[in-house]
Parts: sequence; C-alpha cells; structure tokens
Amino acid sequence: MANTYTLIASSTAGSGGATDFTFSSIPNTYTDLVLEFSVRTDYTSTFDGCLLRINGDTGANYTIRNVRGNGSGATSASGSGVTNLFVGSIPGVNATSSTFQNAAIYFPNYAGSSNKSLSIDSVSENNNTTAYALLAAALWSSTSAINTLKLYPEVGTVFVQYSTAYLYGVNNA
Amino acid sequence: MPNPTRIEINCTTGEESIIELTDAEVAEMTYAAELAAERKAEEDAAAEALAALKASAKAKLVAGQPLTAEEADTLVL
Repeated sequence: MANTYTLIASSTAGSGGATDFTFSSIPNTYTDLVLEFSVRTDYTSTFDGCLLRINGDTGANYTIRNVRGNGSGATSASGSGVTNLFVGSIPGVNATSSTFQNAAIYFPNYAGSSNKSLSIDSVSENNNTTAYALLAAALWSSTSAINTLKLYPEVGTVFVQYSTAYLYGVNNA
Repeated sequence: MPNPTRIEINCTTGEESIIELTDAEVAEMTYAAELAAERKAEEDAAAEALAALKASAKAKLVAGQPLTAEEADTLVL
C-alpha cells in the first residue's frame, strides 16, 4: 500500500505551447511512478489523441487493451506490437473552450527487471456533449528501468498554454 | 517564424529546458501527424457508417421492415 507520494517534477506549457512533455533522468529510487496530466491541443478538430513513449523506444514493443465510453456508447480495443501507447483523447480547437483531458498513469515496479505493466485512466470533457472516458491496461515489453517518459499529441502540433504534467514517485515501504 | 518548442525536465537535476525543434524534427512530426490524421479520418468515417447502419436497422425494426445483412450484423451482441 502506497504511503508516500513525492513530486519528482512538474511543468506547465507557456504561451507558445509545447510539442511534448519529456521527463528524463528519472531516478530509480522509488517503488512506483504516477504521471498525472491535464492537456489540450491545437489540433483543428474536437478531439486529438494523446500518446506516450517510454525511454524513447520507437519499436513495436507496446501492447494495450482498453475500454472507452463517449457518453452514448462503449467500445473496447486492443493493440499489440504498437510503437506508442494511446493514453486518451485530448480536446482540440473545436472542443468547448478551456476544457482539458485529465488523466493518470500508474507504473508499478518501474525500475525492476521484468516487463513493465501500467494502468491508464483518462477523461476528456466537452461540456455535456461527447466526452471520452478511457480505462486501459498496457505493457511495455522491456526489462530496462523506466528513465524517460514522453507525452505528446497524436496529430496536433502542441499542447496549448496551461497544459500541465506532474510526475510523482511512490514508495511502498 | 520560430519552430515549436518542447519541454524536457531532467528529474535528477530538476532543470527544465525549453528546446526549439530542428527543421528535421518538425518535418518528422508533420509527417507523423499527417499519417495520424488520415488514420483518424478513416476511423471517424467507419464510426459514422456504423452509426448510420444502426439507425437504419432501428428504423426498419420499428416499421416492421426486413433488415439487410449488414444492418442485422449491427444488432448481434
């Protein structure tokens, strides 16, 4: 049972936005990691996708299975051998102004030598119209310790101003 | 016009860097975004087609009319 959450680092996009948030040189001194973020993109659509890459790995080493609801229906999807992880939908230019995707990703045993499993929960508000909720289980097939996490929009160029990301370390003992 | 910037936070030192993308990085990002946009458009079109089939199936059921095989497929659980 987690008994400590320590803020490792955080960042907020400035007026020009940011193409990605990258947390590098993550220390291996914690038991687990939690990445929490609130983001919106400049994609000229209602929703964009939010992607995660671990340790800069662009290989087909990720697997994911999710359930996704949009307020009127639910779907389930999976991806095997994909090159990044879809971690939720982000409001874009055509979504209600000032609405953001809010999400948390939990990385247990991130510094261990086995493959890394993680869980994702995400919601993206659009002010009482279509709003996506996502729950997912994912795997990064690598025995390396996680030392870099990159969060970036799928289509949009940048996360817009006031988008934020927080990385926490969790100690279980 | 300057290239967009990315944010990198070194979690060991706590240093935050705002780094302008190189032209090559911008080109790579643009290409990936174009591919993603095409894929999303295909997914959206498929979702719209499925919704239309479901609506048609429902209307025919209510009216007591026969369904096409495609419409019936949308009702099978």
